[in-house]
Amino acid sequence: MPRIDSPADLEKLRKSILSQRDPDKPCITLCSGSACHATGSGKVAESIEEEVKKQGLRDEVDIRKTGCHGFCERGPIIVIHPEEICYFQITPEDVPEIVSQTIKEKKVIERLLYTDPDTNEKIIHESEIPFYKNQKRLVFGSNGSIDPKSIDDYLAIGGYSALAKALSGMSAEQVLEEVKKSNLRGRGGGGFPAGRKWEGSRNAPEETKYVIVNADEGDPGAYMDRSLLEGNPHSILEGCTIGAYAIGSHEGYIYVRQEYPLAVENVNIAIKMAEEYGFLGKNILGSGFDFTVRVHRGAGAFVCGESTALMTALEGRVGEPRSKYIRSNIKGLWGMPSVLNNVETWANVPLIINKGADWFTQFGTDGSKGTKIFSLVGKITNTGLVEVPMGMSLKDIIYKIGGGIPGGKKFKAVQTGGPSGGCIPDELLDLEVGFDELTKAGSMMGSGGMIVMDEDTCMVDVARYFIDFLTDESCGKCVPCREGLGQMRKILTKITEGKGKEGDIKLLEELSEVAKEASLCALGTSAPNPFLSTVRYFRDEYEAHIQEKRCPALSCKELITFHIDPAKCQACMICKKKCPAEAVDGGKKKIHVIDQEKCTKCGTCFEVCPSRFSAVTKISGEPVPSPIPEEERIITRKSKANE
Amino acid sequence: MENDRIDQIVDKHQGEASSLIQVLLEIQSENHWLPKRALERVSVKLQVPLTRIQHIATFYKAFSLVPKGRHEIHLCMGTACHVRGATRILDTVQDVTGIKPGETDLDLKFSLETVNCLGCCALGPVMEVDGKTHGKMAPGETADVLKNYE
Repeated sequence: MPRIDSPADLEKLRKSILSQRDPDKPCITLCSGSACHATGSGKVAESIEEEVKKQGLRDEVDIRKTGCHGFCERGPIIVIHPEEICYFQITPEDVPEIVSQTIKEKKVIERLLYTDPDTNEKIIHESEIPFYKNQKRLVFGSNGSIDPKSIDDYLAIGGYSALAKALSGMSAEQVLEEVKKSNLRGRGGGGFPAGRKWEGSRNAPEETKYVIVNADEGDPGAYMDRSLLEGNPHSILEGCTIGAYAIGSHEGYIYVRQEYPLAVENVNIAIKMAEEYGFLGKNILGSGFDFTVRVHRGAGAFVCGESTALMTALEGRVGEPRSKYIRSNIKGLWGMPSVLNNVETWANVPLIINKGADWFTQFGTDGSKGTKIFSLVGKITNTGLVEVPMGMSLKDIIYKIGGGIPGGKKFKAVQTGGPSGGCIPDELLDLEVGFDELTKAGSMMGSGGMIVMDEDTCMVDVARYFIDFLTDESCGKCVPCREGLGQMRKILTKITEGKGKEGDIKLLEELSEVAKEASLCALGTSAPNPFLSTVRYFRDEYEAHIQEKRCPALSCKELITFHIDPAKCQACMICKKKCPAEAVDGGKKKIHVIDQEKCTKCGTCFEVCPSRFSAVTKISGEPVPSPIPEEERIITRKSKANE
Repeated sequence: MENDRIDQIVDKHQGEASSLIQVLLEIQSENHWLPKRALERVSVKLQVPLTRIQHIATFYKAFSLVPKGRHEIHLCMGTACHVRGATRILDTVQDVTGIKPGETDLDLKFSLETVNCLGCCALGPVMEVDGKTHGKMAPGETADVLKNYE
C-alpha cells in the first residue's frame, strides 16, 4: 500500500474504497468483542464462514467481525445489512437457517429477534430496540459496523479526516482552541478539562513532550475503554495524534492492561496499518509533522490508572504515585510535559475537530458536554455498554435503556464511579448524570461504571467489598491509605460478620476523614467514598448489623441461616441432591431439614427449591425455628391416602 | 527457561532498562512463572539491579515467583460478579481445590487467582479456566466444571 502524502490523496483513497463497496450487498456483522467471544461468537463466526461457502454465497456476502455492539446481555449478536436485521443469542446451530432464510430468501427469522418485554412485540431493527433507541452513540456507534483489524473499514466511515483537517487546515493553536471551546472533560474519572491540560503542556518550555493514552481500565465492572480499543482502535490513534499536534509532541504511549489481550492485539495491528498508510510516523499526510506511538502493557496494578503512577510504570519502575505539586502536564514522563488522557477522551477528539466545538456542546449539561459511555451492569435486565448524552437521568438510563431490575426485584441503589465512587439511592434517581451532579450526590463519574443493586444486595457488604479492593490495591506508599484503609476493612468485615460494636460508625467516619485529607493520590482521597455514601443513605442497614446482628438484605453469610419451612416442603429431594455439603436431611415423603452444623450457607438449596414451593427461606436476626418432631416429618399425600 | 530465549526477548526490546516490565511480561507468559535464574539473567542483560526486578515482580499482579499449576483458574471478583454472588463461587472453588487465591496445589493441578473484572459482566458470576470462560456460575455447577480437569 503506497503512503498517503496529502489530504487529497486520502480523499481519493476513501472514494476508491467506497466505490468498491456495494451498499446493497448483504453483509453479516458479528460482534466479536470479549464478552460475545465468551458466549461463543468465535464458533458462530466459523460456522457462518463455513455455511456461506457451503451454500455457494462466498462472493455474494460480506462477513465482518466487528467490535462490541454494547448489548452484551444478548450476545452473540449479528446484524445483517443493508436491512439491519438484528439477531440475538446466536448459536452455531442457527447459522444454516440464517444463511438460507435471511440471506438467500430475505426472510426474517422470528425466533431470533428481540422481543420487547413490555409489548411482546418482535423488533427487527437495531435502532428500534429500546436499549439502542434511547442512546446517543457518537463515540461508540461505529463499533458495530467496522472490522477493527481493517483500516479500510475505518477510512470508509470517514476515518482520519479529522487528522487531515487539523494538519492541513488548522494551526496547532486552533486545534487547541477548538478542544478548549468544546469543554471536553476527562472521561477517565477526574473530569479535568482536556483543553486546559493540553495548553499547560504546550506552553511548557521543554522541547520533548509526550502524549499518553490511559487504557489501564482497572475499575471492576467497567469495560468501555476495552471495547473502544478492541472495536475502534484507529479512532483513538487519530485522537491522540491530533492531541500530539496541538501540544507539539512527537512521541506517544498507549498504556493498556495485559488482561486485555484482544485490545493489545487490535491496537498493535492498527498502529502498524496507520504507519504503513502514513497516518503515523514521519511527515504525516505530507504536513511535516512526525509522531510515533508505542504500546506498553500494564502488568496488573489498579493504582497504575492514576496518572503519575502510570508514568512511573511506563519508565519501567514500580507504579507508585507521587505528590502533584507540579502537575504531570508540566513535568511528567521522564520529567517532561506529558498529556495523559483516557481512551474515551481521545476518541472524542476526532469528532470535535471534524464537526466543531459548537456541534459538540449541543449535547450535555452546562458543566458536562458531549456524551458518556457507561457500563451498565449488576442486577439489571440489559447488561451492556450504553452511551448517553450527559444530563440524562439515572432513572432513564436504568429503566428505559437498562430495562429495569430482573426477577421482579426492587431497586436499591446504583453505584457509579468505580471502587472510589458512591452508591446513589432510589430517591435520587432523577439525578442527571454529569461530573458535578454526581460528585454532589457523594459519588462521582469515574470512568463510567454503573453497577445496579437490588434489594438482595447488602450495602454494608458493598462498602466492605470496595474498601477491601482498595486496601489490596493501595500501593502502600502513604500511611493514611495503607493503614487507614486496612483498619476500615477490619471494622467493616467485623460488622458484616455480626461482630460490630457501638461506635464503629463514628470510628469509620474519623478514618475516612483522615484518608480523604492526607492521602497522597486520588486512590486514597476518594477511597472512603463507598463507606461515606452508603452510611449517608443506608445508615439503618449499618445499625441493623451492629445492634441487631441482622442483615436486612439477607446477604451477609455470617448473619443468615437457611431454613426449610416444614409447612411448605414437599420433600422433592432436589435440594438434598444438590447440596454440596450434604447438609440436608430427609427423604422421599420425608420433610427436609437443614443440619445447621454442616451447612456452608452456599445458598444452593435456596436457589434450587422450585418456586411453586419456595420452602427454603433465609433468616437473619432471629433464632432458627426448632425442627418439627420426627413423626410429623412424613408426608402422607391426601389423594393417595384416600385410595 | 534457557538463557538464549531470555536474551532474545531482551534484544527484542532493544535492551532498554525502561522495557523491564515488558520483558518480564513476556517471560511470564511463555514460562508461566519467573524463576530466579531468569531474573538474574535479565538483571545482567538490562543492567538493572536484582532488587529492583524483585520489587517489580512482587508489586505487579501479573507476575508469579512460584510455578503454576497445569490449570489456571481465574475467578472474577468484579463488582458486577460480586453482587451476583461471586463470593459463593469462590467458597466452592476453595472447597473443591483445597487452595486459596494466589496458591497452587501440591500436585500442580490447579492455580487459583481472583481477578477484579474480566469484562464479561453480562455473564456474571464468571470463572475462567485456562482461558475458557464459564458464565452464570452457581456453586453446584462450579464443582461440576472443575471435575472435568485432570
